[in-house]
Amino acid sequence: MPMTASEIERLIKTKLPDATIELTDLAGDDDHWAAHVVSTAFRGLPRVRQHQLVYDALGGRMGGVLHALQLTTAVPPD
Amino acid sequence: MSDPIHAAIKKTIDENDVVLFMKGTTKFPQCGFSATAAKILEHLGVPFKDVNVLENQALREGIKSFSNWPTIPQLYVKGEFIGGCDIMREMYEAGELHDLICEKGIPHTHHHG
Repeated sequence: MPMTASEIERLIKTKLPDATIELTDLAGDDDHWAAHVVSTAFRGLPRVRQHQLVYDALGGRMGGVLHALQLTTAVPPD
Repeated sequence: MSDPIHAAIKKTIDENDVVLFMKGTTKFPQCGFSATAAKILEHLGVPFKDVNVLENQALREGIKSFSNWPTIPQLYVKGEFIGGCDIMREMYEAGELHDLICEKGIPHTHHHG
């Protein structure tokens, strides 16, 4: 069962309310997404922790119903 | 650590400087993400141990709870979880993976100009 862009965005924003999220549907099938997430919550964290925050927000869907999410994270510029 | 799979994972990453848990092997990867991860390490000229999680269902699940990371591949350097395919790609492109390998004192053949 694929996940829509708005559902992915909604879930991420529940944990990272200030996030700006750019989603790209890589295969046009609502199932292979690229997400670029920018949030102040990432400041000072190694990439692995930044990605874990996003995965936490997705609540176990990553690797399950969300088959493929190519993730990049960044801190907003000052 | 009471979970025997977690204990086995810990032993593997303690005994090998660089370990890639992947689907398939370096020579015969069975997933595009795992293939990319292995290629990045080959590009850096870093010797690494590849562990095929498809050979062991308990390991395939255990590695995810071990690292609190939902996907495979997973890279460990000197016992520390570094990340999956996306992080490896980002770090490689930024030169950070090479820096990490140097900082950890791991011999490798590729050097940035």
